[in-house]
Amino acid sequence: MGVPQLLVHNKKDTVGVVVVEGLKAGTNMTCVVTANNSSFRLKSKMNVPIGHKIALVDIKKGDTVVKYGQDIGKTVADIKKGEHVHVHNLKTKRW
Amino acid sequence: MARNGKRNGKSRRRSGKSNMTFSGWRRENGRVGVRNHVVILPLDDLSNSACESVAHNIKGTLAIPHAYGRLQFGEDLETFFRTLIGTGANPNVAAVVVIGIEDGWTKRVVDGIKKTGKPVTGFGIEGTGDIMTVAKASRVAKDYLQWASELKKEDCDISELWVSTKCGESDTTTGLASCPTVGNMYDKLIPKGIYGVFGETSEITGAEHLARARAAEPKIGEKWYKVWKAYEDEVIQAHKTDDLSESQPTKGNIAGGLTTIEEKALGNLEKIGRKCSYIDVLEPAEAPKKGPGLYYMDTSSAAAECVTLMAAAGYAVHTFPTGQGNVIGNPIVPVIKISGNPRTIRTMSEHVDVDVSGILRREMTIPEAGDALIDMVLRTADGRLTAAEALGHREYSLTKLYRSA
Repeated sequence: MGVPQLLVHNKKDTVGVVVVEGLKAGTNMTCVVTANNSSFRLKSKMNVPIGHKIALVDIKKGDTVVKYGQDIGKTVADIKKGEHVHVHNLKTKRW
Repeated sequence: MARNGKRNGKSRRRSGKSNMTFSGWRRENGRVGVRNHVVILPLDDLSNSACESVAHNIKGTLAIPHAYGRLQFGEDLETFFRTLIGTGANPNVAAVVVIGIEDGWTKRVVDGIKKTGKPVTGFGIEGTGDIMTVAKASRVAKDYLQWASELKKEDCDISELWVSTKCGESDTTTGLASCPTVGNMYDKLIPKGIYGVFGETSEITGAEHLARARAAEPKIGEKWYKVWKAYEDEVIQAHKTDDLSESQPTKGNIAGGLTTIEEKALGNLEKIGRKCSYIDVLEPAEAPKKGPGLYYMDTSSAAAECVTLMAAAGYAVHTFPTGQGNVIGNPIVPVIKISGNPRTIRTMSEHVDVDVSGILRREMTIPEAGDALIDMVLRTADGRLTAAEALGHREYSLTKLYRSA
């Protein structure tokens, strides 16, 4: 399987974390769900830095984003599968 | 039998075995320290200069300058005294010289530390002046240092160790690798009878439902929730000027890929593993009183403030997961840094004690990383200097609850 480019905590998650430096748009990523060690493929649509998140599915504006199988906030823009998810399109529901 | 292979830690320290030992200094009150400091402790900001002069005169003693100690009152003053007395009382400290601007509060700190049975002497500057105070204090400090230098270490079981945790400069790799590594360590060591502690009240926001459920019994969970809710209402809601997105997550967290406080909190909580539950909720710098087990302490999420409070509660070794590369140390407690971020390992390797980046490459499992951390905790307890100690990091930050009078 080789070294994965994307790790996902939980099978319910809608985002994964880039775990390699210099990930380029168009990479056919190996993705691993750490909870059960299952793997899948996903094409990145953007250059995304290590540690940043990529959407695993299309997410509509206003929807909840799930990571660790838990609610980590709501989107403030539509996000396509394979796109970068960060402060420009995801916000806390707190504070 | 544990003596055999004493220098070959890796062979004898697999976590499944019962012979996990380290050599430490048993103090007068029975606690075991892993460092042997003679501390020159200022009561207040005005006495920092005299304390630093004493530490300059007597090589090998340690001054701990800080910013407060005047005109504090109420709960803020109680937290201050608990922290100062707890610092002197920590088993990593062999003996203490306290210097204050006046005798009254100096005596209060001396009397608090004296309850441990360790040598402690106080000096007031008023009516004497810096020069004479430094001369008198230096003579006592020299006696203490030479006495401490002859104290013998003894073999101790790992159950004698108090290990705290708090993470910093977190990113998404801390939730994937370094925080679960600490969690795995606690899952293995809490059943062996160690004391653990975690805190960071603001950074549980978003995972408060999970934290509340990790209490050993419902009434402790309710106690925890009251502490969290009070912080939310009395500090955040009372003082916020925006949605805190500039402070929690921090700029460093955001650069590392963390987007929201909920995401940060879920990663943070990975530090308490899968099996442990906390048995009590502590005030800042309060010593645990319910015996061995995992505790929660109400602390800030600022690294130096939190580690200072945990050290003052009596914890002797600190485990510190970092993603983006926090450089923190503490004057009296060795701070072991764990990182899983390969970029941080590449660019800031001098700050990292345990490299768990193999978890991200799927070359290392969480249980293997937990074993590597336990090995490093024991080596550190035995005397190995941490990266922070070698680099001279001695961050000591007192927690201030409100303005002084």
